[in-house]
Amino acid sequence: MLRLLLQSLLCLAVLTILTGLVYPLVVAGVAEVAFPHQAHGSLITHDGRAVGSQLIGQAFSDPRYFWSRPSATTPVSYNAASSGGSNLGPTNPDLGKQVKERVAALRAADPGNTRPVPVDLVTASASGLDPDISPAAAEFQVPRVARARGLAESVVRDIVSAHTSPRFLGVLGEPRVSVLELNLALDERAR
Amino acid sequence: MTANCQLQMLIYLAALLLLVKPLGWYMARVFEGKPCGLDRALGPVERLLYRAGRINPATEMTWKRYALAVIFFSAVGLASLYALQRIQGWLPLNPAGLSAVPPDLAFNTAVSFVTNTNWQAYGGEATMSYLTQMAGLAVHNFLSAATGMAVLVALIRGFARHNSETIGNFWADLVRSTLYVLLPLALVLAVVLVSQGVIQNFDAYQKVSLVEPVKDANGKTVTEQVLPMGPAASQIAIKQLGTNGGGFFNANSAHPFENPTPLSNFLEVLSILIIPAALCYTFGKMVGDTRQGWAILAAMVVVFVVMLAACGYFEQQGTPMLAAAGADETPGVAQPGGNMEGKEVRFGVTGSALWATATTAASNGSVNAMHDSFTPLGGLVPMWLMQLGEVIFGGVGSGLYGMLVFALVGVFVAGLMVGRTPEYLGKKIESFEMKMAAVAILVPVFAVLVGTAVAVLVPSARACMANPGPHGFSEVLYAFSSTSNNNGSAFAGLNANTQFYNITTGLAMLAGRFLVKIPVLAIAGALARKKTIPAGGGTLRTHGPLFVAMLIAVVMVVGALSFIPALALGPIVEHLMMH
Repeated sequence: MLRLLLQSLLCLAVLTILTGLVYPLVVAGVAEVAFPHQAHGSLITHDGRAVGSQLIGQAFSDPRYFWSRPSATTPVSYNAASSGGSNLGPTNPDLGKQVKERVAALRAADPGNTRPVPVDLVTASASGLDPDISPAAAEFQVPRVARARGLAESVVRDIVSAHTSPRFLGVLGEPRVSVLELNLALDERAR
Repeated sequence: MTANCQLQMLIYLAALLLLVKPLGWYMARVFEGKPCGLDRALGPVERLLYRAGRINPATEMTWKRYALAVIFFSAVGLASLYALQRIQGWLPLNPAGLSAVPPDLAFNTAVSFVTNTNWQAYGGEATMSYLTQMAGLAVHNFLSAATGMAVLVALIRGFARHNSETIGNFWADLVRSTLYVLLPLALVLAVVLVSQGVIQNFDAYQKVSLVEPVKDANGKTVTEQVLPMGPAASQIAIKQLGTNGGGFFNANSAHPFENPTPLSNFLEVLSILIIPAALCYTFGKMVGDTRQGWAILAAMVVVFVVMLAACGYFEQQGTPMLAAAGADETPGVAQPGGNMEGKEVRFGVTGSALWATATTAASNGSVNAMHDSFTPLGGLVPMWLMQLGEVIFGGVGSGLYGMLVFALVGVFVAGLMVGRTPEYLGKKIESFEMKMAAVAILVPVFAVLVGTAVAVLVPSARACMANPGPHGFSEVLYAFSSTSNNNGSAFAGLNANTQFYNITTGLAMLAGRFLVKIPVLAIAGALARKKTIPAGGGTLRTHGPLFVAMLIAVVMVVGALSFIPALALGPIVEHLMMH
């Protein structure tokens, strides 16, 4: 019995050193050399200061910007220090109410727009930090952004295309538009 | 389902099945102690580990000694992981200054990781220091998976040996599983994941200025976003490969820092099933007839494909509530459509349904979408897959030993039908093995149903439901299905970080792990002692389609009889109410 206890303690200790220290440090070392940008969070710097990560979304409400998906994080949306979804069930009346309000807000910001509202633009993501919207959700917002910025729709559409990623190898995942990078590109053009 | 959806699912299955033979062959070499290639480089490390651990790998153990070693090792792991969480505030690698984890939560989390469940009653970025994550949680991701593999290998030896009192050496199986299987795979996967954008650093949480300031819930203006950092990639690689599932961040693999791209998603979801699937081939190889392994794998694949198609179909259908609120759920080239609440755009409905099915078929439990927001029947799929006992692929090691227990029941039922003594792989299956098999199958069922029943009777536990109506019941049923079967995923609306749930789900996890493992080892011991009898004219061929069908039927019937009443009260009635 004592022998088993001793072996358990020693085994746990040495395997902790191997899998809990050596392994993560080796990965960190390789990452530091091969992929330093990614390993440290794919940060975007503007004028020398970090304005976000390419991978983490931010909230937008100004009509001049493309809006991200709703986020269920608290106490503020897109709170990267506390990720999570709404966990509202498919028959929860609160969910119906929230989606209705979001549709109404999108319609109010662009009264002439009669296109259908893409579902991803009015539902909260799983992480609350989704950096992307679907191309349909971007297209829905093109007229509003173009008008607010005094640009031709075709110009805005070109910038959207430049920030749209296709499926991986044309098959895996979904096509998507990176909202933060798109908005930064619009601001860049305005300067 | 869209054509692209079907194509993505096909590519996934093809990639998985292609990996079965090479990886399964390699693991058989490892467990039989034969040269496997990597032993040339890692042999010295292996011998060093044995020396440091005072282990003689050649010492054979009886099943009782083997079981005791498993229990001692797990108990020591449990105690040290509990202690680490309680004192993390005084230890280094804690740039966010996180304080001690409360006792009930620390107990729950320690049990969760030692039992390979990885149920998360905590949010990683707000609770656990880098040191706890890396030297505590990630270590048990390796060791609980390796323990599962060790027990499986012991059971396989029970079939392969005859007139033997012993079933191998636990320490050798543990060390070899970790060093030659889990560690190399995790290392490669972790580096590839970093290339996709998964973070791996020891920086303090990073503050960035928002492009457009926002108002918080109290009307205060927020101008900064705090990005959590940490050694995530190393932990994520093993949490996928070891069917663990405990995320570095609260949102698990939905978090863009854990799973940033469609490629990272594909590799992570593939990693969930590769070891459990390949172990089927390892099993066949080690019992000297690879057809036996393929037959078990075939049964798993059939159930998996049906469940996957159902989940994908119902999620793509969307919900009437979203449609009524004015959202367009039609899938097309420019949008995923369907039920996108709680899903990420880069994965869409397909990537989310694929993940939900794989993670609950295996006892992984990581998520890339919030199961609580799935459609009622889309959410029934992961729930039922767990309730089947985590044997459709199942956990690393634990899935296959669970399925082999069902195989024993299958040959027993078949034997009853034709009035012959049942045999499996040349071993007579007698009353002791059947009693142990019954315990192994019924303990988790009992834990799910009793746990759920108690929780809905206790008012404070009922108050933790986040959704009204049958969906709230589904949250509780899901919680106990997940913990009792060591899965770890959740209908996460349920506020599970309360004393009641931390203690009850903790006990459910312990029962679901050890009251299955011990009977399995007892079966291994009993089988090893028997002599091998040659197959006769009346022997059921356990590698043909008839046996595959029989095995599927046994799993389904046990799962259906045990859980259809409970499922009817939750997801099924919600589905009927929804339409």
